[in-house]
Amino acid sequence: MTPELHLRYIGGIMQLDLFIGLLLGGLAKGSIYALIALGYTMVYGIVQLINFAHGEIYMIGAFTALIVSTVISYTMPGTNMYVNLLLSLLAAIAVASAFAYTMEKIAYKPLRNAARLSVLISAIGVSIFLQNLVLVLQTPDFLPYPALLPEIKALEPFRNVISSSQFIIILTTVVVMVLLTILIKFTRIGKAMRATSQDKTMAQLIGINVNRIISITFLIGAATASLGGVMISANTGQMNYYIGFLAGIKAFVAAVLGGIGSIPGAVLGSLVLGLTESFGSGYISSDYEDAFAFIFLIIILIFKPEGILGKSENQKV
Amino acid sequence: MNEKKLNSFFIKRFGPTWGFVLSECTKSILTALWFMLFTLPLVVVKVNTINRTITWRWNYVVFLGIATFILSFMWRYFIRKRDARAGSERRQINLALFHDPKYMYPSMGIIFVIFAVFPFVGSLYQVTVLSTALIYVMLGVGLNVVVGLGGMLNLGYVAFYAVGAYTYALLNVNFGLGFWISLPIAALISTLFGLILSLPVLRLRGDYLAIVTLAFGEITRLVLENFGVLTQGPSGIRSIARPGFLGMHLKLQQASIYMYLIILGMTVLTLFIVYRLENSRIGRAWQALREDEIASKAMGINISMTKLTSFALGATWAGFAGVLFAAKTTFINPASFTLWESIVILCFVVLGGMGSILGVTVAALILTVLPESLRAFSELRMLVYGVVLVLMMIFRPGGIVDMKKKHYNFNNNVQTKEA
Amino acid sequence: MRISRKVSAILLVALALIFSSCGKSSGVKEIVVGVAGAHSGDLASYGLPTVNAVKLVAEEINAAGGIDGKQIRLVIEDDQCKPEVATNTATKLVGDKVVAVIGHICSGATKAALGIYNDSEIICISPSATNPPLTQSGDYPNFFRTIAPDDAQAKLDVDFATDKLSLKKIAVIHDKGDYGKGFAEFAKSFIEAGGKAEVVLFEGITPGAVDYNAIINKIQASGAEGIIYGGYHPEASKIVTQMKKKGMNLPFISDDGVKDDTFIKVAGEFAEGVYASGPIDTTSSPIAQKAIKAHQDKFGTEHGAFYINAYAAALALFNAIDKADSTEPAAIAAALRSEKVDTTLGTIGFDERGDAIGIGFSIYQVKDGKYVEVK
Repeated sequence: MTPELHLRYIGGIMQLDLFIGLLLGGLAKGSIYALIALGYTMVYGIVQLINFAHGEIYMIGAFTALIVSTVISYTMPGTNMYVNLLLSLLAAIAVASAFAYTMEKIAYKPLRNAARLSVLISAIGVSIFLQNLVLVLQTPDFLPYPALLPEIKALEPFRNVISSSQFIIILTTVVVMVLLTILIKFTRIGKAMRATSQDKTMAQLIGINVNRIISITFLIGAATASLGGVMISANTGQMNYYIGFLAGIKAFVAAVLGGIGSIPGAVLGSLVLGLTESFGSGYISSDYEDAFAFIFLIIILIFKPEGILGKSENQKV
Repeated sequence: MNEKKLNSFFIKRFGPTWGFVLSECTKSILTALWFMLFTLPLVVVKVNTINRTITWRWNYVVFLGIATFILSFMWRYFIRKRDARAGSERRQINLALFHDPKYMYPSMGIIFVIFAVFPFVGSLYQVTVLSTALIYVMLGVGLNVVVGLGGMLNLGYVAFYAVGAYTYALLNVNFGLGFWISLPIAALISTLFGLILSLPVLRLRGDYLAIVTLAFGEITRLVLENFGVLTQGPSGIRSIARPGFLGMHLKLQQASIYMYLIILGMTVLTLFIVYRLENSRIGRAWQALREDEIASKAMGINISMTKLTSFALGATWAGFAGVLFAAKTTFINPASFTLWESIVILCFVVLGGMGSILGVTVAALILTVLPESLRAFSELRMLVYGVVLVLMMIFRPGGIVDMKKKHYNFNNNVQTKEA
Repeated sequence: MRISRKVSAILLVALALIFSSCGKSSGVKEIVVGVAGAHSGDLASYGLPTVNAVKLVAEEINAAGGIDGKQIRLVIEDDQCKPEVATNTATKLVGDKVVAVIGHICSGATKAALGIYNDSEIICISPSATNPPLTQSGDYPNFFRTIAPDDAQAKLDVDFATDKLSLKKIAVIHDKGDYGKGFAEFAKSFIEAGGKAEVVLFEGITPGAVDYNAIINKIQASGAEGIIYGGYHPEASKIVTQMKKKGMNLPFISDDGVKDDTFIKVAGEFAEGVYASGPIDTTSSPIAQKAIKAHQDKFGTEHGAFYINAYAAALALFNAIDKADSTEPAAIAAALRSEKVDTTLGTIGFDERGDAIGIGFSIYQVKDGKYVEVK
């Protein structure tokens, strides 16, 4: 091959690599957003609340996993890596869910019949409180995060387009989506959740324990978000008390983009958002990375005001 | 755990009073145990993976348990009280006397005089803090026009603030235009910006509107940060001129006082104009829009115009505030115009009582001055801020000045308006 | 009863203001010096060591009788590295009648504060604000610093990249912040002016983003042989971690925001081989050794970022006040410019513009978990 062809060949490979790398990276990022956005959308579907504090739940999940994992590896070194991962993950999900449950009982339940804006402000208050609670109790430093996610040998040769962590993240999100869809469509609880989100009063009248359903919704949302938090922190290698804010905003945008209240919408919106950011940064400019997401959102909402998969709300007089 | 079942369990066995006491105690103990349990990792274990240390703080858990035990009694008590008066009419500030011209003008006058004299009595630092607070009052009142009166949730208000500030900064640093000339220009540009931004949102409502305004706010900030050719990017623009006093150059102390008085004047002007707008045709249209969009359309109100004017006028005050901010701090950069600022201003409006100018003013003043005075407790003050927001919403959702019910009572000859 | 609600709100505001002004004691026989910087928030690790340094120097001088018989009193204020908070902080310090301020830490906050100090002509000496216009623009005649400006740093890094490492294609990345982007822009202009290498990529990343996969892919696709990064250590460690995991072993050169032991601790094994420029290592000098030991003795931990610079700034300032026999800003400024003083950074003086003479930057590399000076 002549030198020019050789370079172009390499250039071609590199461009293909770039595309695949951006594609997979965008999917991975979108998956993380999806795990958080699920919480936003489910809670909104049931109680019409934008849970501003959801991003902090994500952060608390990640932090708890850090704490538990560190305790295990410092005090009982030599513990099997998978055991460590499992225990940290379980602890993260448990604690994050507990926070979400308590948060709902204290700050949202008393405001069930209040104006929408009041609950929103209360959610903002909870968000500020949780962020600073972790800050005060722990540290503002950026803490290195243990590499909890296992390295998959089979993926070694593809290292430059996808990492094991990214693969695990995408896989996990797919599994979560499938499980959630099964839950919502085929179980009694899922039916109860659908009923409650359609009409709370009627659901109560036919004997559904609405309070319990709402709590369960919060719990599921917290579980997926904390899962996302642990995985992304393990992927990045560090975390700090502030990660919830930006991720939360992005996930919220994703949920609205896909149509808030719709679970497949949340996932679709998140993936679209992740891909938009990834390709936008990769091909245009990384400076405006956030702007791509927002501009895309505005364009979609202009043409379809309810979001991609959102239900068209007919206003009844 | 069902409260009622618990109550009846104890009451059956121990009679009404003892049963109640025991049931309450059990509830509190269980709550305390729950809190101690689920916050265990975060509270007890302080991890530092940088230094590779773990600190165990078991005594925190004990304090937490005791505190939660006591607080949960108080919480349930206050919630019971709140629910009890939910049925009856809310306690409202009876502003009847306040609206009576005989009392209104003198009391406003006194308050104005106190504010006007303050800079000559207080220290430079206090004057600066109060100047900032007044700018936030202006922002709060401006956002009130959009959110409180118009009922449209705007999470990107800070964009207009930024436009005003940057317009003045750029006009001043690049073209040497003075404060007084730039003020109307910047406000005009802000208003135009508000108009342009409101066009896409005409069709949206509720949370979608909120998200789009949030997006606009962030896009504005990103453009300011990255379009360095025009805006100097993250380095910001410095050495912005302060307003001149008859062409003289003032020392810091006097310049600050002068700035404060200008801000005070502008704020009073804003309050006055918005107050008049509130009761004008446009103001009524906004409030009708807030209450029920379809009904107002049916009554013949041009919804699009109403929304446009609400956004545009709201943007005007933000533009003014931006110019004042730039002149006061003489240095601006995109980091002052984040999403967080929009949220803080929104909190003023909601906490103050949606639609109430008085409430917004008081909320803005208190919430700006209080964190400054609590500088000593810097870490805890944000915690307190969050808690205050939640408590305010639970126990006083209408805000400081509840504008929920506005009705007219006719009492013999005196026509009082209870707000 | 009804009106009193509004009045009580006003009273509350007034009370709050009164409380905030409490605690102002005026001492005639004191020299009041302000210490301002980020003492809370995520950049606190850059600001707190300065506080410790000034405290130690002041204590030592006070123990020896103070300056001209007057004791030094410090007023320590937090600005969280935010410009708007910095202006409030500066105003507060001016109101507390400080004769000089050691600080601020971040360039943006320093710029904002200088707007206030300029009017009162208060001396401001910073151990870490590296933004070049602070001294080079001439707008701030009362500003001094005990650290070399960013353009000197950028030049050093660029020369190192093109000459020592022979890189022909360089990707320049920044964190879109004032400090990082400024440094990156200098680096870009020096590379282009030098003609020995090409800038294949010039982009900014968003701090706090979920991941940096896109930019890393872009760097790889651009064919860059090395990376110059302007910004602070949290993002740097994320980028380095993701790069190394991907198998990209490009030389990574950064600024003094990354030359911090925290970077090594957070990035762990991935930090190995990273280059960063930082103030020339003078820690072997006797004064520096004494300063380091003093910190260890009093605070029990290792000194942190800019400690040595802040110690030097404090020594220089108090020496100038002593030699000038006055607390007038003009006199202190003149003394700073004319006197040479022995400090932890060596024997330094200050030039017309406020830059320190006798200090500079040097390149370090992470070897076996520690930053080692590259000669």
